[in-house]
Amino acid sequence: MGADTLVDTLTGFVEDLRGRGITVGPSNLIDAGQAMTVLDLLDRESLREGLAATLLSDHTHRDTFDRCFELWFPLGNAARREGFEVPRDDDGEADVEAMRETIADLLADPEAIADGRFDQMVAVIVAEFGRYESARGESYSVYEAMSSISPQTLIARIAAAMAGDGRDGERPGTDPLSRRSARDATNRLRSAVETETQRRMAEVRGRDAVASYAVPKLPEHIDFFAANPQDMTKMRRTIGPIARLLAAKLEFRRRRNRHAAVDVRATLRASMSTGGVPIELRRRKPRPGKPELVVICDVSGSVSGFSQFTLQLVYALRQQFSNVRIFAFVDTVDEVTDFFDRGNDDSQFGERMSAMLSKARVSTRDGHSDYGHMLRGFAEEYLDSLTHRGALLILGDARNNFRPAHAESLAKMRDRVRNAYWLNPEREESWDSGDSAAGVYAAEVQMFECRNADQLSRVIADLLPV
Amino acid sequence: MSAADSIVPAFTDTADVAQRLRGTGYLADNATATTAFLADRLGKPMLVEGPAGVGKTELARAIAQATGSELIRLQCYEGIDEARALYEWNHAKQILAIQAAGQRDWDATKNDIFSAEFLLARPLLTAISRTEPTVLLIDEIDKADVDMEGLLLEILSDFAVTIPEMGTVAAQRRPIVLLTSNANRELSEALKRRCLYLYIDFPDAALEREILSSRVPELPERVANELVRIVGVLRELDIKKKPSVAETIDWGNTLLAMTTGEESMKGGRLDESLVARTLGVVLKHRPDVKTAIRELKLG
Repeated sequence: MGADTLVDTLTGFVEDLRGRGITVGPSNLIDAGQAMTVLDLLDRESLREGLAATLLSDHTHRDTFDRCFELWFPLGNAARREGFEVPRDDDGEADVEAMRETIADLLADPEAIADGRFDQMVAVIVAEFGRYESARGESYSVYEAMSSISPQTLIARIAAAMAGDGRDGERPGTDPLSRRSARDATNRLRSAVETETQRRMAEVRGRDAVASYAVPKLPEHIDFFAANPQDMTKMRRTIGPIARLLAAKLEFRRRRNRHAAVDVRATLRASMSTGGVPIELRRRKPRPGKPELVVICDVSGSVSGFSQFTLQLVYALRQQFSNVRIFAFVDTVDEVTDFFDRGNDDSQFGERMSAMLSKARVSTRDGHSDYGHMLRGFAEEYLDSLTHRGALLILGDARNNFRPAHAESLAKMRDRVRNAYWLNPEREESWDSGDSAAGVYAAEVQMFECRNADQLSRVIADLLPV
Repeated sequence: MSAADSIVPAFTDTADVAQRLRGTGYLADNATATTAFLADRLGKPMLVEGPAGVGKTELARAIAQATGSELIRLQCYEGIDEARALYEWNHAKQILAIQAAGQRDWDATKNDIFSAEFLLARPLLTAISRTEPTVLLIDEIDKADVDMEGLLLEILSDFAVTIPEMGTVAAQRRPIVLLTSNANRELSEALKRRCLYLYIDFPDAALEREILSSRVPELPERVANELVRIVGVLRELDIKKKPSVAETIDWGNTLLAMTTGEESMKGGRLDESLVARTLGVVLKHRPDVKTAIRELKLG
């Protein structure tokens, strides 16, 4: 590559990253350019790490970065497959059974990733088994590749190879530990095959054709409504940081009030080094009380992605608030705080969620969302939980199935708390369409669009009571 | 003197970094070696993030040792301020000087008491005034208040400290700067922009085994393999605090202390009851231990 093409590729790559929501400042770009002048450009891994070090500042963006890197700085196919022999039968066809044996052994071998054999294997798998002829010519698919080697059926085999063969009289590959690491290994294989397939497709169809779907979204930009299970796991990783950042933000805002009293003792002590002249005033640290929070969350099927996410966030936030009470509803509201108690986190979050859904009285009518009934029920039963020191957070899409809205109950609730907010996971344009009562409720309580983790963290950070 | 003159590279290339770090007992992966190389060569500070116990602080130590530099460490904490991080005037000595000078002319005294003699250099000022090779470690920057970041900006971009009474002290020789953070607080854009970013994750199995065998050489290889594999599985579980590399090493030592090493294996695998009994070495929360026992069917 000449210097010009190199610069073009780098700026193109950076443009692409920016387009996907990763902020790259001009100074980062200059740094990346400088890094390229001192790094060995033939060492692709160094180049990748060098660019990541200069361009990124958040490791949750690394997935997206890596896929983009694959598209912009592809490695030739020959280099990938080097050193890996495909077992073949007499006709020269790839021997699937022998190949599966090899794959199982490689997955069980902890050295394989480090010394590059894993990558070579993945390249071979896609080249040999992922290829098919489509109407538009040569094509590669994850499905083709994975169905011929079907790694799920290899788990016992891998587990056995991991545990070492024939021990202890028990059947090899049955202990849960080995099975678990075998399953992790096959998952790793699957995602590597996906990446490789997309890289191959990019080669055949061109970068732009693949770029739109091949590169995963940043976790904070995944829509709650569109999230699949893998996305949910990714999103869940953003929760911890969001909760911590929010807590820190609160802390900071509270700290900023430095009207604390002078600490005479500390001031006098400090003055000893200046011969008794109190040059520096020491103040007591402010000890503000923690705010209280009441959360009412729609847990009906239509907003399940959103509510799972937000409940998890609320759960994480529990440490930051002195008193968090959580209510859930489908058509009837019930308190579910106990299901999210710190004390019982020996069972997984998912189990707690399903326990809550089955035990709590959140659905007493026909199982369709009914905000009006919920609000009236809340105003009748739980009004005491709202105090002037607390905040009220309602999470839901306000789709009321054309039932009475009972906005007056909401008004009553709002009047009892210092702050009340409504987070709506629906696009703002679709509010008030169909059975949505968003407008009616928004007139009483400030409503925010909150479609992904990014919006959620921004909204909550701006509005949380201090 | 232009800013670039003060950079004296210590490493020749990334392979050199990896090899010399290895010499100090720090096994660096590709990302770490590359970022450290760039930090040294471009004279930019590096911001190191990652879970607790993956060796962020250790990296600074290793770089210092590998380059024969002095390690200057600034541990951040809530409420750390200029006086603790940059410099402080030695008020007591100043007062003494004023008293000893007696009836001297005020202007002369004033120039006198605001000179280097009365300045107490704290880590940051110390690091940039040194002419010998230096590694500056600003540890747990996320613990410090936001104001502290403002103080750092001048140092991190210009490698200079401005003291109002004396003028600007610019670095004669740029230190290699590492900032570590556990992401307890979002760092400001301005700070991030000035730094190279390195995220150190848990090492992959091969690297972790190598670390384990270099730290606990007496541990039989088979036991080490098993340990690393179990720790790998534990990290995939839904638990509060994932085991760190340091804890893997502790675990290796624990097994050695409790058995002769070979003894801990039972039929090719680590003895399950032994694993269950010593889980507390790697898992630090009771619910986590319970989860592990249930998921791995140890009990």
